[in-house]
Amino acid sequence: MSNSQAYSKSVLWDWLTTVDHKKIGIMYLVAGAFFFVLGGLEAMLIRIQLMFPESNFVSAQAFNELITMHGTTMIFLAAMPLLFGFMNFIVPLQIGARDVAFPFLNSLGFWLFLSGGILLNLSWFFGGAPDAGWTAYVPLSSAAYASTGLDYYVLGLQISGAGTLIGGINFLVTIITMRAPGMTMMKMPLFTWSTFVASALILFAFPALTVGLFLLMFERLFGANYFIVEAGGNVVIWQHLFWIFGHPEVYILVLPAFGIFSEVLSTFSKKRLFGYSAMVFATLIIGFLGFMVWAHHMFTVGMGPVANAIFAVATMAIAVPTGIKIFNWLLTLWGGRISFTTANMFALGFIPSFVLGGVTGVMLATSAANYQFHDTYFVVAHFHYVIIGGVVFGLFSGTFYWWPKIFGTMLNETLGKWFFWLFFIGFHLTFFVQHFLGLMGMPRRVASYLDGQGLNDLNFISTIGAFFMAVAFIILLANIFVSRNNKAVSDPWDGRTLEWATSTPVKEYNFAQTPVVREIDALWYEKMKGNKKLPVAEPLGEIHMPNGSILPLIMSIGLFIASFGFIYHTYVVSIIGLGITLGCMIIRSVKEDHGYHIPVDQIEPDKEVV
Amino acid sequence: MGHAHHNTGALPPNPEKATLEGRNKFLAFWFFLGGETVLFASLFGTYLGLRNGTAGGPTAQDIFHLPLAFIMTMILLTSSLTSVFAMLAMKKGNFKQMLLWMWITVAFGLAFLGLEIYEFFDYVGQGLTFTSSAFGSAFYTLVGFHGAHVAFGIGWILTLLIRYRKGGLTLTNAPKFYLASLYWHFIDVVWVFIFTVVYLMGIGG
Repeated sequence: MSNSQAYSKSVLWDWLTTVDHKKIGIMYLVAGAFFFVLGGLEAMLIRIQLMFPESNFVSAQAFNELITMHGTTMIFLAAMPLLFGFMNFIVPLQIGARDVAFPFLNSLGFWLFLSGGILLNLSWFFGGAPDAGWTAYVPLSSAAYASTGLDYYVLGLQISGAGTLIGGINFLVTIITMRAPGMTMMKMPLFTWSTFVASALILFAFPALTVGLFLLMFERLFGANYFIVEAGGNVVIWQHLFWIFGHPEVYILVLPAFGIFSEVLSTFSKKRLFGYSAMVFATLIIGFLGFMVWAHHMFTVGMGPVANAIFAVATMAIAVPTGIKIFNWLLTLWGGRISFTTANMFALGFIPSFVLGGVTGVMLATSAANYQFHDTYFVVAHFHYVIIGGVVFGLFSGTFYWWPKIFGTMLNETLGKWFFWLFFIGFHLTFFVQHFLGLMGMPRRVASYLDGQGLNDLNFISTIGAFFMAVAFIILLANIFVSRNNKAVSDPWDGRTLEWATSTPVKEYNFAQTPVVREIDALWYEKMKGNKKLPVAEPLGEIHMPNGSILPLIMSIGLFIASFGFIYHTYVVSIIGLGITLGCMIIRSVKEDHGYHIPVDQIEPDKEVV
Repeated sequence: MGHAHHNTGALPPNPEKATLEGRNKFLAFWFFLGGETVLFASLFGTYLGLRNGTAGGPTAQDIFHLPLAFIMTMILLTSSLTSVFAMLAMKKGNFKQMLLWMWITVAFGLAFLGLEIYEFFDYVGQGLTFTSSAFGSAFYTLVGFHGAHVAFGIGWILTLLIRYRKGGLTLTNAPKFYLASLYWHFIDVVWVFIFTVVYLMGIGG
């Protein structure tokens, strides 16, 4: 921090102790990108193994570890943290706030996520990664069948899940109490709205995962019997708990991506988002229904036809609000002045790609047909269409859209177009053919397939597509490198929402004076009125800021140490680790920390809007 | 936020919600309790799914001791009442009285925890252990998670009581005590469900 009163000992110390939502956002983005690369490498190894029939590129055991870690990494350590990065950086700016509601907890959430993620990946070096699939179904994940790797899974996800829960509560409170004057809920930008709904889903979904992971941990480490049938246990309990979390998780990922598309499409069509209130209600309805349909993952478990029918119909119902959204996006484009920036290309590419994923989703929701599709490559194709076509396209769109605001440079558009087309073609090449592989009977999660079954050509094509995506991502990294000196202006896209009203790089206090919001797309409204500045709610005065703290990092390290104690059954280590964490909590609780004030002479008045 | 922290003079009528920081904490804590509700609902679901999975070991009817569970219930409900008295004292600005009622709340909490530990030892002696059957695992997990919450609550309130043993009510410590009492009520509500679902349904069949 540039302020003399902040604890600014060194750059490293500054980042380790920061409670600035913008720096935490950047740390989420960097860590998430790192895990995205890891998960991508795992995917490439999987596709290389399946390039040819009866291949021995990796062993069956290594294959199981790769698919487990690919899924776990991409969901928990890449997609969600990358979205959290954007949420952290952008949401307070979009609502005209100086900060989030709980800067300390925000930092704690990040460090918990990172230490959980590192713990999970250390399993590669200590006795093998988890190998029971990202869903870790019992009894495959029980002590009888899965080795130490599963302990890393249980504890790593528990720690990073706690971080996610903390982040979710922080966003909920921030969005409710920290909005600038005039910004009613129905004037919030769609990305903030979708963050809000996704955070509510996190709040109610993650505790179910917490319980599931605790049960699995107690069974593996302390000999409990929840899932052991001879002792009266029941394996289906794990499946219910996992999917009560796991299905909402899909919407935790895709709703913020929908929010990004809503921002991008309206900005690059030069039009207000069509059907704003319908979009908000569709988001809420998708969030609600997302909770009600978890058992469609269990159609073949034997729940009976009545339960299957109820969950099938409820699942299909989600297509209605999603369809509303699709049409609203199309109508936003209709008659707009569309500019084909890379950010907008990803948003435009998303619409048909995601619709394709939605259509196969309704097919899978038909419980009778599901008996045929279940655990084939059809399912793999479906969820990659949804998660890449929805979430990853959203992340890339958001990357190109917000990069100037977050990092202060403009990404190269030519390289951006190369990146988009290679990735877009590669994605469809990889996954479109997998629908047919699935219909031809190729099972998922199996390390190899026989020659002469008609599966060779499509698998080969699929792997070629994966290479396209890998090359595309390398071009993105190259783009970041070559664009490093290409300075951005504050409002490069002629933006509509408040984040574009801040200076670039964004000052630590965000807004010198809290703005007043008068309309949806507040900044655009003032631009159209011909106003030179946003109206403000307060005179220029000193600004209160929270102090940085090293405690969140130490608390996370404490849990990290405790996990090793549990994994290797040396409970003294666990007690030491938990003691460190608890000690930090007590210190935090008894030490009153009132932050500091930035004096008026160090505040630069906000520049003009246009 | 943060302008009137050390104001020991006239506090506003609801000091726990007078600052933005206090309001934020208050709201976040309700959300947190929403998450905790899902946590306990998942544990209750697990218990209900496994309560007949006794694998030939002791069943609920064999070992549950209703009078003990009833006494524990009464103790915990009373502690909820004493924490209400503490909050009433806080609203009147009587810090000393608030601390006293919080100490009494902690005492009841410790009594409850002691009886729970006694109960667990008793059941283990009769052959129901954490590893003896799925029923045993689910029972000790659900009731034990609640017990761990009670222990955490006691530790939390004690930390506050020791930290703020001197001085008066401020806009900083009022939200802290308020949230601790909210947490304590939540623990009590969960116990009412445990008493019903585990003990009454266990003995009644």
